[in-house]
Amino acid sequence: MDKMPKWADVVLTPVISLVLAMAISALVILAIGESPTLALKTMVDGALGSSYGWGFTLYYTTNFIFTGLAVAVAYHASLFNIGGEGQAMMGGLGVALVCLMIDWPHWGIALPAAMVGAALFGAAWALIPAWLQARRGSHIVITTIMFNFIAAALLNYVLVNILRPVGSMDPASARFPEGTHLPALTDMAAALGIEWGKHTPVNITFFIALSACLLVWLLIWRSRLGYEIRALGRSEPGALYAGISPVRITVLAMLISGGLAGLMAINNVMGESERLVLNAVEGAGFIGIAVALMGRNHPLGVLLAALLFGFLYQGGGELALWTSIPRELIIVIQALVILFTGALDNMVRMPLERIFLSLRKRRVI
Amino acid sequence: MDFATVIQILDSAVRLMTPLLLACLAGLYSERSGVFDIGLEGKMLMAAFTAASVAYVTGSAWLGLLAGIAGSMALSLIHGLASITFCGNQLISGVAINFLASGLTVLLGIKIFGLGGRTPALSGGGRFGEITLPFADALRDVPVLGPIYSELISGHSILVYVAFLAVPLTWWVLFRTRFGLRLRAVGENPASVDTAGVSVTRLRFAAIAIAGILCGLAGAYLATGLSAGFVKEMTAGRGFIALAALIFAKWRPWNALFATFLFGLLEAIANRYPNLDLGIVTVPSMFMNALPYILTVIILAGFVGRAIPPRAGGEPYVKER
Repeated sequence: MDKMPKWADVVLTPVISLVLAMAISALVILAIGESPTLALKTMVDGALGSSYGWGFTLYYTTNFIFTGLAVAVAYHASLFNIGGEGQAMMGGLGVALVCLMIDWPHWGIALPAAMVGAALFGAAWALIPAWLQARRGSHIVITTIMFNFIAAALLNYVLVNILRPVGSMDPASARFPEGTHLPALTDMAAALGIEWGKHTPVNITFFIALSACLLVWLLIWRSRLGYEIRALGRSEPGALYAGISPVRITVLAMLISGGLAGLMAINNVMGESERLVLNAVEGAGFIGIAVALMGRNHPLGVLLAALLFGFLYQGGGELALWTSIPRELIIVIQALVILFTGALDNMVRMPLERIFLSLRKRRVI
Repeated sequence: MDFATVIQILDSAVRLMTPLLLACLAGLYSERSGVFDIGLEGKMLMAAFTAASVAYVTGSAWLGLLAGIAGSMALSLIHGLASITFCGNQLISGVAINFLASGLTVLLGIKIFGLGGRTPALSGGGRFGEITLPFADALRDVPVLGPIYSELISGHSILVYVAFLAVPLTWWVLFRTRFGLRLRAVGENPASVDTAGVSVTRLRFAAIAIAGILCGLAGAYLATGLSAGFVKEMTAGRGFIALAALIFAKWRPWNALFATFLFGLLEAIANRYPNLDLGIVTVPSMFMNALPYILTVIILAGFVGRAIPPRAGGEPYVKER
């Protein structure tokens, strides 16, 4: 018999963890001599108070959905993919190559091609760690960390020595041609006669991210491959006994994970900057870890957690703008969320389980 | 490339390998006891910040060192609480610690010093000065051995010598003392240690406390020895290179010395020759920077000598009831 009802496990523990993380963040704000209520108000106003704020919040959310889903899919196979950062970087390279190689007539054709490029490059970057884990038993956490650094070095090399236009000093690729310009949400709203979110970067990729959530849900809970991934994640000997090849599933799960992380590049590289810059990912790959943990590796949870982090990110920028609280506060909050929802999970869970057990006993008597 | 250049590069390699070596040994204690530690980077960063801040305020590098150890130790305790007491995921805890350090150091730095995350530059007693070993000046003119002694071996800060002494000490503790035997046993098979009546929890906490001290030394050296003050994200991935060196060294102290020397040397060469011209090909500095990671992946792949981690690494120990 379960110690806790399912809703408590799915909703109550993450919410309590989040409240704890927020409480400590409030203490940190107090400790540096600022007002937590003012900070919260500034963040809510800045991120959710206007369509301008929403435009940025949803832009960040889109990034975090992809990286969060990437971590979640791997997690179902009990693989901890810390390499989202590197995979998203390589995805950016894939997008840049697709966009720069061909003179695209219309974004409608360029987008699918760029998606393929992004996913392929991201997946390729996850392939070697996956294969090493499956075949040689090298720990995937260590290899994906190493691959993050290798990706950064490789991208640096490619940008400085190959993709940098002649005469340019900064390590960035040339601007993508006009035909690859993705429609922003504000343009789409304007076409409907609504004025919404002027000068914000959120674009059509947001809808792709939403459909990715649905597809991942179908994959994990409604497909044969998803079943095999979850079976492997639960028990490798069990999966082996059921005729599931651990090598095949490990590699496939990581390819999907890497592909999802790579797809993030559609949003930030193709949708926003429209050229490849050195630090395009800006840590979104790592935020994916927090998002997946917070969202309990469920696509709906990932979506909500990504929205939360999108809010924190945009709100954090506003904090730095309007108050004297540095935006690094967001990194602290992010760390606390990872700590409480991921590592100190049992600290919240154990007392909760005790409460539910005693409640149940009382009912039985 | 003449002899003087070689000495200079080796000298710089010794300086650069010191934080790697200290952090690598920190990871060694922790992982030998069965606690994975990918938070080395964060602990070093926190130590660098607290060391630089206290050294600036008090003007004493030694007080800074103590503060560095305290800063690193605080994060170690969080890691212990999460991964030993509450049986949480050690990798996730490590990730959280890295972010915590990365955010807190800048947040506090901006608030306290208002310099965009830096601490003010340290000078005089706020830094660990260079120690000239006896006869270093007198022996300078002896051919070959003179420069090696006076340039390469002499003239480092005290923490460099501490780091090098920590290697035989670690070897002795791990392989020649009862504590070391128990520590290694708890990383391989905690249940057997528990059966023998030794507390797994206490041993693992001892291991991560030692790791905290060593990371504190590493961070303090970065901020008050190698450079003069704390800069945002100044560890720049060194914690992960130390982790790589640990795997490269197959979790052994003497191998750790060679692995970190190799990685320090790579960094020194990359610093000196941004584009290394080998005649046929030009090696870009990015490749040199990425080489420690590439080498580690190759080692992990098991093509060149297999790296087998402590068997109970990463698993929290739950006592049978």
